[in-house]
Amino acid sequence: MTLDGTKFVNWIRRANRRIQENKDYLSELDRAIGDGDHGINMARGFAEAAQRLTGSADQDLGALCQQVAMALLSKVGGASGPLFGTAFLKMAGVWKGKDHASVHELSLALREAVNGIKMRGKAELGDKTMVDVWEPVSRFVAEKAEHLSWRELCVFAEEQMDKTKPLQAKKGRAAYLGPRSSGHLDPGAVSSFFLFEALCETMEESGGDR
Amino acid sequence: MSYVGIVLVSHSVDLVRGLQEILSQVQPQVPVAIAGGTDDGELGTSPFKIKEAIEFANSGKGVIVLFDLGSSLMNAEIALDWLGENERVKIADAPLVEGAYAAVVESGCGSSLDQVLHVAQKVKTWQKIS
Ligand SMILES: [Mg+2]
Repeated sequence: MTLDGTKFVNWIRRANRRIQENKDYLSELDRAIGDGDHGINMARGFAEAAQRLTGSADQDLGALCQQVAMALLSKVGGASGPLFGTAFLKMAGVWKGKDHASVHELSLALREAVNGIKMRGKAELGDKTMVDVWEPVSRFVAEKAEHLSWRELCVFAEEQMDKTKPLQAKKGRAAYLGPRSSGHLDPGAVSSFFLFEALCETMEESGGDR
Repeated sequence: MSYVGIVLVSHSVDLVRGLQEILSQVQPQVPVAIAGGTDDGELGTSPFKIKEAIEFANSGKGVIVLFDLGSSLMNAEIALDWLGENERVKIADAPLVEGAYAAVVESGCGSSLDQVLHVAQKVKTWQKIS
């Protein structure tokens, strides 16, 4: 039930495929309440991250996270670059020197990532941002610990994404719309869901539901 | 004589190029560097470009960073994290155009980093039409 370097690379490549397939959908969501570039930005960043990992012989999870962070920081451009970049940088810090991570170690990395995202974006739960997916997911993983079901986590992450729809945006470009931002999914919450969905599918595929 | 440097951060390289032109007309001796667009020249910002611009603009007296919209602030903060304590850098909470203008004038008078930051941030309270 542990995440190792190979599974990590598979996770990021799967997330990349999911983001490429949904590039137009993500941009469309961002067009409704932002500047319409979320799909293009994330597609550019994750394509680069997947490519860098594919050519890498590294098995150290910290080093792999660091590579993803640097790819996102240099290629994304919009707010999701520094935010997803910071998330992976924080996970890199927790996993430095480790070639595998248990569910407990995953929860520690996610907790740091959430702290990093909130610090960087100055956002809190309920502000209609990626925090609304990351924070509950991080807590879910910590609470379930070794009893974590990847399938349940995936369903849970999707529910958190859906909950951003009625919220009014407090951060980012969408905040300029005020109450008009409610009734739309937050694009960063959707791409965050894709990332966790890819993680769950990768883990499930490699080791069964538990 | 060295001057406090000014770094202009924007999603659009054209926007800060134009502003840089305006500023160098007023105070050509003040180092003004720009970090506009992503590493690939798309709309957006890049912490790598911002870090380079800060290093370029610093002639020893420190640097003031001015930015356009929210997400450029996040990348500016990442650039500052990377630079650590080696460079004296302040991010101004100020409107980009007026803040940069006030900063460059103040810097051109030989003022300190804190003084330039103070003046740049004070323009927030100015009325443009009185
Ligand atoms: Mg956007």
